[in-house]
Amino acid sequence: MKIIVLVKHVPDAQFDRHLNGEGYTTDRDESILSELDEYALEAALQLAEARGGSKAGNQVIALSMGPAGAVNSVKKSLQMGATEGVHLTDAALAGSDAAATSLALSAAVRYLNQDAPVDLIITGMASTDGETSLVPAQLAERLGLPQVTFASSLDVDGGRLVARRDADTSSETVEAALPALVSVTDQINEPRYPNFKGIIAAKRKTITTLSLADIGVDPAQVGHAGSWTAVTNAEERPPRTAGTIITDEGDAGIKLVDFLAAQKLL
Amino acid sequence: MAKVLVFIDNPGTALKKSSLELLTLARSLGESVVALNGELHDDVTAAFGEYGVSAVLRPSVRDLNDYLVAPKAAYLAAAAQSTGATIVLLDNSPEGKEVAARLGIRLNAGVITDVVGVDADGTAHKSVLAGSYNTACKATTPVSVLTLKANNVTPEPAAAPSAPEVVTVDVPVGSTDAAARITAREQKVASGRPDLTDARIVVAGGRGLDGDFGPVEELADALGAAVGASRAATDAGWISHDAQVGQTGKTVSPQLYISAGISGAIQQKAGMQTAKVIVAVNKDAESPVFEIADFGIVGDLFDVLPQATAEIKKRKG
Ligand SMILES: Cc1cc2nc3c(=O)[nH]c(=O)nc-3n(C[C@H](O)[C@H](O)[C@H](O)COP(=O)(O)OP(=O)(O)OC[C@H]3O[C@@H](n4cnc5c(N)ncnc54)[C@H](O)[C@@H]3O)c2cc1C
Repeated sequence: MKIIVLVKHVPDAQFDRHLNGEGYTTDRDESILSELDEYALEAALQLAEARGGSKAGNQVIALSMGPAGAVNSVKKSLQMGATEGVHLTDAALAGSDAAATSLALSAAVRYLNQDAPVDLIITGMASTDGETSLVPAQLAERLGLPQVTFASSLDVDGGRLVARRDADTSSETVEAALPALVSVTDQINEPRYPNFKGIIAAKRKTITTLSLADIGVDPAQVGHAGSWTAVTNAEERPPRTAGTIITDEGDAGIKLVDFLAAQKLL
Repeated sequence: MAKVLVFIDNPGTALKKSSLELLTLARSLGESVVALNGELHDDVTAAFGEYGVSAVLRPSVRDLNDYLVAPKAAYLAAAAQSTGATIVLLDNSPEGKEVAARLGIRLNAGVITDVVGVDADGTAHKSVLAGSYNTACKATTPVSVLTLKANNVTPEPAAAPSAPEVVTVDVPVGSTDAAARITAREQKVASGRPDLTDARIVVAGGRGLDGDFGPVEELADALGAAVGASRAATDAGWISHDAQVGQTGKTVSPQLYISAGISGAIQQKAGMQTAKVIVAVNKDAESPVFEIADFGIVGDLFDVLPQATAEIKKRKG
């Protein structure tokens, strides 16, 4: 199987995150591999391993689109076990919205499809910065692929995939023919940590760097220029400040109700 | 006047509050038209009239529910094209956002999710980076697709009711070809409590409950609240995953959020920090949840919650 996993380099949510400059783009210092993409990578590795791993010709390609630093997310993916990495990077990509991102990624997938067809694209359920969940569905639409989103389990058998997903009022079993795109939730597995062997092995794996010219995308179609949405204003919300803190002396439940009554919340 | 197309998916016998919110917003932006999927019950038709909808579109095929997302987007794109809508509004559910995503590509239209308000010129407002920024954004394309978060518009019937005409829209042939098929569906049992995403009050419990959601449920029932949970609690299987609040669960914005036995990790805060009032009960005074609580109690939830529940019952008589 040939699986592409989308891995995004995102600002670490443990630190303050900022919007800066033209079009209020996210400041990407202190970025890491999006935690939610680790579940996608793990799902791909498990599918590949169940089929004999890379020795049996299974490929797990980690694909990241982003500035120079994004190569670190590709490297981490290789350390976790991806067989090769692809870094799509070009100055013109900065500030791309979901539509422009999915356009660039669809061209990268077509490029990677040339030598041997891609069977499966796996993504996380959302990025931890933009948080829109739009890119997986838009990529599937652009490539004309069935999408199975928010999968909490995933199995592939003879050219078909079967997944479970949890909706609000029901749980569903869904099936699709390959090639397909799947986004997975954080319920699907426990992502592995890169171990020493993995870290050493990663040093020998190839990372291909692609530019927009390589994949045949006009720079005017991506970035701020090619995006279909624009941020016109951004204001940092004043952080919430702590209010009254009391220590229970046996009557805190009553004080809580007094507080609710005073706030007219009862 | 702008035409605003509202997607309403399987309303059943009555429109949900979030659907009424969509219709109210749509009317403020132009002439509202509904693209419906699923049965059209009389009461729902009547509600469309009350909310001033000028037309109700229905798909030419009845099997859209058997597939994930793609054919619904194809139907909605056809509906938008046939009505000449320049704004399409959907709910902000995971599925609503994905239909919006595919629809955006089909219509060459910018998509904005998590919208809390829309100005007359189409500028949408939303908060980003886990609630740390308020932003304004706008589609730069002729058509814009917006998904509206629940609880940000007050539902209001139109001054003059309408008599919407019902029109069938042809779903493009082949729309189901490259779509995932739903082969089995298990309905979940309804809890009888308010829906988490649009509840006015949420009482949420975490690992501190140690497997016993009783104190949280009893306080929730005394307050008429929905029950939420941290991921630690849902991962432990103490409560269904649907109750999870946070980055990978639901985002809630209630009048009151009571957090009990939850530490307040960044991923949990991401789902609740836009609540009007936050109350936290936690044994550990160092818990990060206290940094954002309007009223914090350092104490054992097994003492504090039952006492509060009893006091509320007493006061309510
Ligand atoms: C990719 C990713 C996504 C995530 N998404 C989410 C999400 O959507 N939602 C979410 O909640 N988390 C999410 N998390 C997990 C999050 O990081 C925390 O691990 C989780 O929120 C912790 O849950 P908790 O506060 O219940 O447990 P803990 O952090 O263990 O805290 C339990 C708290 O209970 C207190 N306590 C214990 N006993 C009592 C008692 N008797 N009375 C009062 N207080 C008591 C303790 O002092 C402690 O503060 C995510 C993590 C990752 C990596």
